[in-house]
Amino acid sequence: MIGAITLLLVFQLIGEIIARTLALPIPGPVIGMALLFAALVARGGPSPELRGTAQGLLQHLSLLFVPAGTGVMLHFQRMSDEWLALAVSLLGSTLITIAVTALTLGFLARRRDQRSDAP
Amino acid sequence: MNTRLDEIWVYLSASPLLGLTLTLLAYQGAVYVNKRCHGHPLANPVLLAVATLVGLLWLTDTPYGTYFDGAQFVHFLLGPATVALAIPLYAQIDRLKRLAMPLLGALLVGSLTAALSAVAIGGVLGASKATLLSLAPKSVTTPIAMGIAERIGGLPSLTAVLVITTGVIGAIGARYVYRALHIEDDSVRGFALGIAAHGIGTARAFQESEQMGAFAALAMGLNGLTTALLLPVLIPWLLG
Repeated sequence: MIGAITLLLVFQLIGEIIARTLALPIPGPVIGMALLFAALVARGGPSPELRGTAQGLLQHLSLLFVPAGTGVMLHFQRMSDEWLALAVSLLGSTLITIAVTALTLGFLARRRDQRSDAP
Repeated sequence: MNTRLDEIWVYLSASPLLGLTLTLLAYQGAVYVNKRCHGHPLANPVLLAVATLVGLLWLTDTPYGTYFDGAQFVHFLLGPATVALAIPLYAQIDRLKRLAMPLLGALLVGSLTAALSAVAIGGVLGASKATLLSLAPKSVTTPIAMGIAERIGGLPSLTAVLVITTGVIGAIGARYVYRALHIEDDSVRGFALGIAAHGIGTARAFQESEQMGAFAALAMGLNGLTTALLLPVLIPWLLG
């Protein structure tokens, strides 16, 4: 487990260094994820240890958002001033995005299937 | 007696132990309630844990900064957890290759819809410019969204809250959207949830199936990249 955590942190660190050196707008951990993915493709998959650690970490992904979420208490003032715009915007935009993305992907996947089925 | 209690409280409120332990306890409680509700999306663990903690901090008059001194150890794990998303993603590599072009198309459409619809609705309802700029990256995972907000002139800590609210809305609302639109394919369901509701949507997707979770993770990562590239260009042009 320590080996796997070290590996994850090393990839995060490399991602962080790349992001800062090249002044990319993309955060280090996302670059780290892309690099680890590339490494897994090159290596033909994760070790059982890495897979187990990742599973353990991702199983409780929700927990990791709790500290930042509690920051809501810093913004009660602004949120009570603009609650209607915020509530409608978040609710509407999130549900619209889910619907539009799902319909687009469904449509494009079906169209590609029909093409590849054609003689 | 009361002085003893005061001394203990002074010690505890100055040490990171309390904030960290409370975060884990609130989360354990939230997971327990979620299980008792048979994993119903309305009993969302993030929502329940945050509500508990905000209530506790408010009752004890504890500043958020003091709490975060302890909770930052949990917050820190977001980085390695993001890197770890490469592993479920790799498990779906065959499906990914097959769907590459449709996924790219849906990514572009979804990413633009997420940012533009939020800014448009907020703007029509009279939100201030700082709020609109903080709203724009709301569908992107927290660390990326905060970075984008900073870059385009929003308030990063407000963005963090809006991002998490978005995640909770997506995790709760997705099943109703899918039911209404008859969307049954787990890769489609996961991808759309990951685009709209990042890590919290991804956590929800993993509860449904490994395949749905992996596609949500993929969508979350790709949307983070796409939004980070598009918004700093689009926003000045839109909001001048």
